[in-house]
Amino acid sequence: MDSATPILTMTGIAKRFAGVVALDDVDFRLFPGEVHALLGENGAGKSTLIKVLTGVYGTDAGEIRLGGEPVRFTGPLQARAAGISTVYQEVNLCPNLSVAENIYIGREPRRFGRIRWAEMRRRAAELLRKLHLDLDVTAPLARYSLAVQQMVAIARAVDVEAKVIILDEPTSSLDASEVAELFRVVRQLKAAGVAILFVSHFLDQVYEIADRMTVLRNGRRIGEYPTAELPQVRLVSLMIGKELATLEALDDKPKQTGEAAQPLVEAHALGRKGAVEPFDLTIHQGEVVGLAGLLGAGRTEVARLLFGADRADTGRVDVAGSHVNLRGPRTAMSHRIAFCSENRRAEGVIEDLTVRENIVLALQATRGWARRIPQRRQDELVDRYVKALNIRPADPDLPVRNLSGGNQQKVLLARWLITEPRLLIVDEPTRGIDVGAKAEIQKLIAELSDGGMAVLFISAELEEVLRLSHTIVVLRDRRVVEQLPNGDDVDSDRVMRTIASGNGGTS
Amino acid sequence: MSRLLAVLRHRLMWPAAVLVLLIAVNVVVTPTFLSVELRDGNLYGSLIDILRQAAPLALIGIGMTLVIATGGIDLSVGSVAAISGAVACLWISKLDNQDSVGGVLVAIALAMVLSVACGLWNGVLVSVVGIQPIIATLILMVAGRGVAQLITEGQIITIASDPYKVIGSGYASLIPFSVLMAAIAVAIAVVLTRLTALGLMIESIGGNPTASRLSGILAGRFTIIVYAATGLCAGIAGLIYTSSVNSADGSGVGNLIELDAILAVVIGGTALTGGRFSLAGTVLGAVIIETIDTSIVALGVPSNANLLFKAVVVVALFLAQSPEFRSRLAIRRRPGPPASKEPAQPDAKVEVPA
Repeated sequence: MDSATPILTMTGIAKRFAGVVALDDVDFRLFPGEVHALLGENGAGKSTLIKVLTGVYGTDAGEIRLGGEPVRFTGPLQARAAGISTVYQEVNLCPNLSVAENIYIGREPRRFGRIRWAEMRRRAAELLRKLHLDLDVTAPLARYSLAVQQMVAIARAVDVEAKVIILDEPTSSLDASEVAELFRVVRQLKAAGVAILFVSHFLDQVYEIADRMTVLRNGRRIGEYPTAELPQVRLVSLMIGKELATLEALDDKPKQTGEAAQPLVEAHALGRKGAVEPFDLTIHQGEVVGLAGLLGAGRTEVARLLFGADRADTGRVDVAGSHVNLRGPRTAMSHRIAFCSENRRAEGVIEDLTVRENIVLALQATRGWARRIPQRRQDELVDRYVKALNIRPADPDLPVRNLSGGNQQKVLLARWLITEPRLLIVDEPTRGIDVGAKAEIQKLIAELSDGGMAVLFISAELEEVLRLSHTIVVLRDRRVVEQLPNGDDVDSDRVMRTIASGNGGTS
Repeated sequence: MSRLLAVLRHRLMWPAAVLVLLIAVNVVVTPTFLSVELRDGNLYGSLIDILRQAAPLALIGIGMTLVIATGGIDLSVGSVAAISGAVACLWISKLDNQDSVGGVLVAIALAMVLSVACGLWNGVLVSVVGIQPIIATLILMVAGRGVAQLITEGQIITIASDPYKVIGSGYASLIPFSVLMAAIAVAIAVVLTRLTALGLMIESIGGNPTASRLSGILAGRFTIIVYAATGLCAGIAGLIYTSSVNSADGSGVGNLIELDAILAVVIGGTALTGGRFSLAGTVLGAVIIETIDTSIVALGVPSNANLLFKAVVVVALFLAQSPEFRSRLAIRRRPGPPASKEPAQPDAKVEVPA
């Protein structure tokens, strides 16, 4: 492949923000008809490189050539006109517009300045059919799930006559079958000679789809490797710049909690119409209960019921042996139940507020507005958790919007940890964040449970659930289908079979 | 801490600069503009007049700032001011002795209770019934005007009450009584929002209501409090307006004041989308608006060009405040090397790599 001419070369790219070096002498090249993965921890410079490429940022030094010609874009629109399309991690569409409008916004088919609606709908339907998506193109986008919205965003990028498509974390909200569907489309594009830049934290997916990879660390390029020649363990150590001590330390399965552990939260026939069928669930002190299941199987719904974020319409919840009427998050919090939502941006952090304010928010809410947490106590708590969770940059006065996803997640965890919960519910805490932060969060959860905290852990990654949980609860089609204690006989195949069949495994 | 100060200075620097410029223009046209003289133990002068006129606007601005910070808006402030003034004047006009302090105090108390009730009504419509704030408060904006006119029976109630006159025209050792009231209200609002966690709660609700609910913040309660406080502020402003002219006009008091109040909030740097708010900014905004109005008279702007003049100044101010516009202007002036051609990024959006 090296004999071919790259469609895109970036040489000696440098970019700094207010004195902080984001990119330093980075080279990158992309060949037609290849899938090239850009890898690195959060803050390694992946997003910055992409934004430099698409003209969102200017460069301080370096050169970009597209098809041999030097280019300098002053904005994503210009980049798109030149043939570089981007699909972002967070869906960047308008939920109140129709599917067809979203695909053709800004480049509607026109005749004499009038938009040709019928033509637009026809072309949108045809495009989606090519991608094997069966959608009503006249329906508002909001009617469809996040995953489908993501596919629409990809369809939009595909439809522009693109030479280069950038997929920035496109799979973080997709489930396994949707990822397969996406990859089918990616291969199709690749065969058509499109160069694809792929950014993902799911290393398995990278190994499945990428031909080559470029690794960044702290704004520098570590190297470019053919996928076949770089084992995964080696890749991870290149990304984090150290050996895998933290990851390996967690390799053992969690020890079973003693029989003596008291039940902390018991749900009896708890359910909500349209969300999840009535289920029984017991969480003991110091126990990690993992919820496994496909996207949309009802994992988040179980968590929301236990936190009172949604009202249950059947069943009851006992906390520490006595009946509790979970009227809302505040009631759950008064019983020291904490809930980290999967939707960091919409339901988690408050982007305008600082790291400090975000961290103290839940504790302050339980104290009431009149009893402000004294400044010194705030500083003490915030400093402690910024250090303990390794939140970077370690500046509590920075608005949270300036932090990377992984660090925002840590801020959320800190918000709940300072309330000293007895039960911590974490929904997809490691989604879309880098390996280093992921290992840190997994380690933290293991430590918390060792310290006696009960944890309800939700993740789409089965490996992670198996690694951390004492008990695994499997959901399928909004129903709890199995609860099994984690042990040597339990592996991902075993759980996968349950998810697939809906039967309680071998028994 | 020094960084925080720098941000604050940056945020209010442009409105302050415009204020200074306006005053400078006035000084050129009217050399005595800055002179403040002491007469009978009271201060007089153009600057004092501006402050006096800004007082009710600043009062309403405080409430408006908090409402906007929660992600709402209150269009009914002018009507609430009219109701408050009408009730107070009606009560006083029925007194046997209009100079009785006790009677005036009862009238004021009555007006305040009614104003808070109006605010509670707005708050309940927004947070309990769940109507969009702009619609919910539009109801009282229209209906309240009618209520005020019912109270005055469509007439202008004229009163002759010395104690009531103090509110709008009196002095409290050196400074006008209305300015003192506004200053106290600002101080109370700052203490309540910044020395307790009230400000954090309000900013959090405005910044992200869902996340706030999931963090255990009872948003409805704060929303109602904030609208009630705005009602109270508007009510006090209504007393000032009616007191300074010794009469209550149901259709005239506080007419269109809601737009000036929103303008003051925006000039002060609080975004209409909610979240972060600045009370100091709003006060500055109110003073700027009244300075513009004063300048219009002082500069002899023809009366039919008043609004145009005001609009031009406000647009210039907003452009000066926009970092994007400033940097674009800077680029156009000196087309430097390509590296400086990067699109204007608002300062706040600089990404800090982890």
